[in-house]
Amino acid sequence: MQFDENAPVLEIKDLNLSYWTRAGEIPAVIDFSLTVNKGESIGLVGESGCGKSTVAMAIMQYMGGNGTIKSGSIKFKGVELNTLPPEDLRRLRGSAISMIYQEPFAALNPSLTLGTQLKEVPITHDGISDAEAHERAVKVLGDVRLPDPERVMAAYPHQISGGQQQRVVIAMALLSNPSLLLLDEPTTALDVTVEAGITKLIAEIGKQYGTSQIYISHNLGLILEVCDRVFVMYSGEVVEEGTIHSLFTWPKHPYTHGLFGCIPLPTADKNAAPLKPIRGQLPLPHERPPGCNFGPRCDFFVDGRCNSRDIPMSSVTGSAADHRVRCVRWTEIDFAAEIAHGEEKPPLTIGDTVLEVDKMQKYYEVHDRSIAALISGQSVKLVKANEALDFDAREGETVAIVGESGCGKSTFAKVLMGLETATGGEVRYGGTNIGDDPVRTRSPKQIGSLQMVFQNPSDTLNPSHTIGGQIGRVIKKFGVESDKAKIRERVMELLDLVKLPRDFYIRRPRQLSGGQKQRIGIARAFAGNPAMVIADEPVSALDVSVAAAVTELLTDIQRDHKTTLLFISHDLSVVRYLADRIVVMYLGQIMERGTTEEIFEPPYHPYTEALLSAVPIADPEVTKREIVLEGNLPSVMNPPKGCPFSTRCQHKIGRICDDERPPVQMASNGHAIACHIPLEELRKMEPVIVVPKAEERIHVTQ
Amino acid sequence: MANVSTTALPAPTFGAALMRAIRSFGLLRESWVGMIGVGLVLFWVVVALLAPLIAPFDPNATLIPFQKPGAVFPGNDTVPAGTFWLGTDQLGRDILSRVMWGSQTVLIYAPLATLSAYTVGILMGLAAGYFRGWIDDLLSRIADIILSFPVLVLYIIIIATIGASGINIIIAITFASAPGIMRIVRGLVLDLRNRDYVAAAQTRGEGSWRIMLVEILPNARGPLIVDSCLRLGYVIITIGVLGFLGLGLPPPDPDWGGMINETRSMALAFPHMVLYPCFAISSLILGFNLLADGLREISLRD
Amino acid sequence: MLVFIAKRFVFMIITMIVVSMLLFVLLEINVDGVATKVLGPYSSQESREIWLEQNGYRDPLIQRYGRWLGSAVVGDFGESVRFKVPVGDVMWPRLWNTAILGFWVFAIMIPLSLILGILAGMREGSKLDRSISVTGIVTTSVPEFASAVFLSAIFVFWLKWLPGTSSMSDGFSFTELILPIMVLVIYDFGYVARMTRASMAEVMTTHYIRTAVLKGLPYREVILKHALRNALIAPFTVIMLQVNWLLSGVIVVEFFFAYKGFGALLLEASLNQDIFMIEACAMVAVFVAVGTQTIADIGYTYLNPRIRFS
Repeated sequence: MQFDENAPVLEIKDLNLSYWTRAGEIPAVIDFSLTVNKGESIGLVGESGCGKSTVAMAIMQYMGGNGTIKSGSIKFKGVELNTLPPEDLRRLRGSAISMIYQEPFAALNPSLTLGTQLKEVPITHDGISDAEAHERAVKVLGDVRLPDPERVMAAYPHQISGGQQQRVVIAMALLSNPSLLLLDEPTTALDVTVEAGITKLIAEIGKQYGTSQIYISHNLGLILEVCDRVFVMYSGEVVEEGTIHSLFTWPKHPYTHGLFGCIPLPTADKNAAPLKPIRGQLPLPHERPPGCNFGPRCDFFVDGRCNSRDIPMSSVTGSAADHRVRCVRWTEIDFAAEIAHGEEKPPLTIGDTVLEVDKMQKYYEVHDRSIAALISGQSVKLVKANEALDFDAREGETVAIVGESGCGKSTFAKVLMGLETATGGEVRYGGTNIGDDPVRTRSPKQIGSLQMVFQNPSDTLNPSHTIGGQIGRVIKKFGVESDKAKIRERVMELLDLVKLPRDFYIRRPRQLSGGQKQRIGIARAFAGNPAMVIADEPVSALDVSVAAAVTELLTDIQRDHKTTLLFISHDLSVVRYLADRIVVMYLGQIMERGTTEEIFEPPYHPYTEALLSAVPIADPEVTKREIVLEGNLPSVMNPPKGCPFSTRCQHKIGRICDDERPPVQMASNGHAIACHIPLEELRKMEPVIVVPKAEERIHVTQ
Repeated sequence: MANVSTTALPAPTFGAALMRAIRSFGLLRESWVGMIGVGLVLFWVVVALLAPLIAPFDPNATLIPFQKPGAVFPGNDTVPAGTFWLGTDQLGRDILSRVMWGSQTVLIYAPLATLSAYTVGILMGLAAGYFRGWIDDLLSRIADIILSFPVLVLYIIIIATIGASGINIIIAITFASAPGIMRIVRGLVLDLRNRDYVAAAQTRGEGSWRIMLVEILPNARGPLIVDSCLRLGYVIITIGVLGFLGLGLPPPDPDWGGMINETRSMALAFPHMVLYPCFAISSLILGFNLLADGLREISLRD
Repeated sequence: MLVFIAKRFVFMIITMIVVSMLLFVLLEINVDGVATKVLGPYSSQESREIWLEQNGYRDPLIQRYGRWLGSAVVGDFGESVRFKVPVGDVMWPRLWNTAILGFWVFAIMIPLSLILGILAGMREGSKLDRSISVTGIVTTSVPEFASAVFLSAIFVFWLKWLPGTSSMSDGFSFTELILPIMVLVIYDFGYVARMTRASMAEVMTTHYIRTAVLKGLPYREVILKHALRNALIAPFTVIMLQVNWLLSGVIVVEFFFAYKGFGALLLEASLNQDIFMIEACAMVAVFVAVGTQTIADIGYTYLNPRIRFS
């Protein structure tokens, strides 16, 4: 195995990958070419099933039992990997090419200490002693900014947090100083503020170690932050490639262009400039159309040209950057003449107050059975899942609750829905306190008027029952209709409402795609003509183009029914797009609340400031102030005594933050910030996100 | 879209359920192991159903003792002539007829006992897994205690106390197996109760038992069907062992375990008396176990 | 961890007490029945009354239970009705015989089933996997009494290599142990092997095994260092619980081969209504079963760092 140091780090040519299933051969990746130069960072972006992870696995030559490399070549520094003997391949893996995975916890062996798992890499590849390996591991753990590397070395994976686990996986990949790093959605499983730290680290180590990177992600914003070049994949093919600047500013492929219309960028607005979903859905791998795979969903489709033959990649002329696109009509399409966003929609008029949350608190008792707790007699601990929540929501309004895991947003939803009861304060819905009312004691009408859309499309519907049966049951339960034929008619109307064909009545959930399931979930929630709907991350598990359609559907129905929408999310870009008012939560407490404009402009709560900075934005002309939080998200079981954010706060002013609960300061009527820092200080903060004025832009994408 | 006729849609009926059952069977055809299992089970079901028609002799008629397989019975006043294809036992009863009728015994008691154990186990498991809290603690402790008995010791004590009879065997098997089923169901429920569709049912105010039986239980059916096949095998073994130990169904009606018990002292001289019932019981158990393996294989596929 | 162990032991004691209560109530609530069983069905009503009076059977149930439990704890289970000697004198030697049998069964079954299970699970779906799995299904489908018949037919009746009974009437003889051991191993190994296979196959599909492979570790090391440690946690518990199965199995096998062991003793006792012997044997059997379960639970916790350091 002789490396040619002058050859590109990685050169993939005309690669075709297939999977074998019971249905036969399914091409997963078609006609894929890519070159990675030394120190370069390549982004591979696309929706689920587009084949981006398969490419990474092919580079590692680890396709599993049913995957095969059909044709093409993968050369690493001039060495062909497809024909490399297993022993050479083994020596290459983990030393010259390393990989970082999506779920760090699953990637680490639960019953070996992290030290053992780290040390074995250089011991295997560089033949060094255990002591030397230990020393090197400790050094690299320091490089990935893990405090107290010796403690980490002795720990088991479950003893450190998710963000720390990912840092360990990164350290493990760096231990033998690889030339190429493959990153497969390395931050998808992490919280937003933790993600920001990891993303920054990855960008830094790329420079520090001179490592080339292939960064796989579904998130265009992240790609923009870490990569030099980007490849957009759709249904097994690269449809467009170019430098970050060129591709993000002048997208040429209708799909790429469509993607930008689906992302709630800072320029989008639910009334003035709504999202423009891509119609239809991703074709299944064995049902790809002839010619252009995007054809059936493309607004510029021309019969006879787009579907007659396979479309090759062509270079974009007149562009300085090496920009290529897989479209026969790219020269003819003038995106500037197209309206990039959906049609303007009338704003909703806000009505009377529907929901009042008044000093609501929810404590859980947790029994600690450790020896220390038994001795000290403190075996029952109170977990403060929600502490003194205070806000309201009005008719037709969208109120968003934003926060990371453990912030108590789901607990609040449970109390509201009557699955739990509040331990203090009141939740007044339509004037009556429902905080102490479990769902069993509520009237069908009350239940029907307050419904929920769930997060996970794969289990929002019961797989054992038909769609019609499930929605019908809700209608009957809420007493909307009781006659069989009328229930059926009402189900049909609801299917029309969510724009699904009526024959879905007899289908079962497993015959539906994720987006369709979420639509049924929305239909179910609206079966009882609710006055208020709680949507718990309804689109976070969906692909960008599908998510946009579901988001628009939800706002349209809301508009028609004047529904109050309580939108729970961790994603500030969706929240900014949808919400009229925002409640920012951290460890069970409200840090800041106000209108969307108030939240996005100073004065900020320091946590809001960090959260805003952490959200990746897929717009190269938007500038963002970088704030990376140190430390971990504390556990809800053991929150800091004073301000919950004090352990990570970038503006901490002293002991008072650790010891005392912060006062709620009113920046304006309705804009509340819980912080020890005086308001005048907070007002002096710079805006985190700066969107250039339309006339100052190089190119208007939206 | 809106003008699609609503009457054209077939309502979910028994027919649809049947279609799905047939489709699952079609999937099973891809597992040869499962197909052998189906074959063995079906064989014995047919034998049990047709035993009154195809058994050559009355299983309890004492004709000529100690006949080798293939010996010819010349016939007498009440019983017409015929062949002892598998020989006769020490009392002169035709072994082939006894094996055939014995399949009826086992295929009545084993499914009944399994069904009874499943009913109790599922109800316990649903309650423990769904309600959690003290109900779970109580039921789990009871299960732990019953399961800490070596199974056969438990059967022997129960049967020794309440006596040997068909119904007592069912009671004993229910008592001893229900805790194991409860544990499986409880584990499945603990997983399924966190699904969003269960939360959706809760938030629309459905009753607990409706949620358990309509929303949760149908989704646990896959693992339970596999387990019930395996458990049927164990129950058949248990019935056989009890018969073999002399704690089974009272004579003279044919029971495979009992046949082996009665004749095993003569096994060295007349191996046919013991071997055929042994083959019979082993093949039936093998049938259920292979069927379970086939079902598990296809359930892992999709 | 210490609290956990203490809790397991407390639970074990509670289980034993509950079991003893159940047994006692089941077998001794009907005092006239007890007298009939002890003195025989042809004893006079008068003699039964006298026996009951003399042995304190007119005391309340609770008191009698306390007395019985008190002496049972120190190993005094009363006198066997059938053997007319203290129960312990008969039971302990029988238990020892069963322990010998059990030792050999485990000594052969554990390595056999672990190796086969690991080989099968390492490459799920391979020919080796399928054949090991199907063999396992076939052997576990043959009940002990049937495999005893088959093996006797082959080795005793046909080949004439081995003795057909294991009564050890001429002193200890290992050849007489071979058939009982074979029967138990054949019935049990399939189950343990399948459990090991399932555990191993599951581990092989985990992401941390992929990590280990893609780190460039030699395959041997991936299996020995990364896979086995996790894959053997579940089979450990299964093996410990096999003691419970074995206690059932020995009853059939000892009865079939006339081996003078504990299982045969329990069966004889219940067929002969030897009431104090039943109580003693059942208590010992449950004690062994619960004891191994406790060890299994503690061991599982110890092997699993996720629980050990939580």
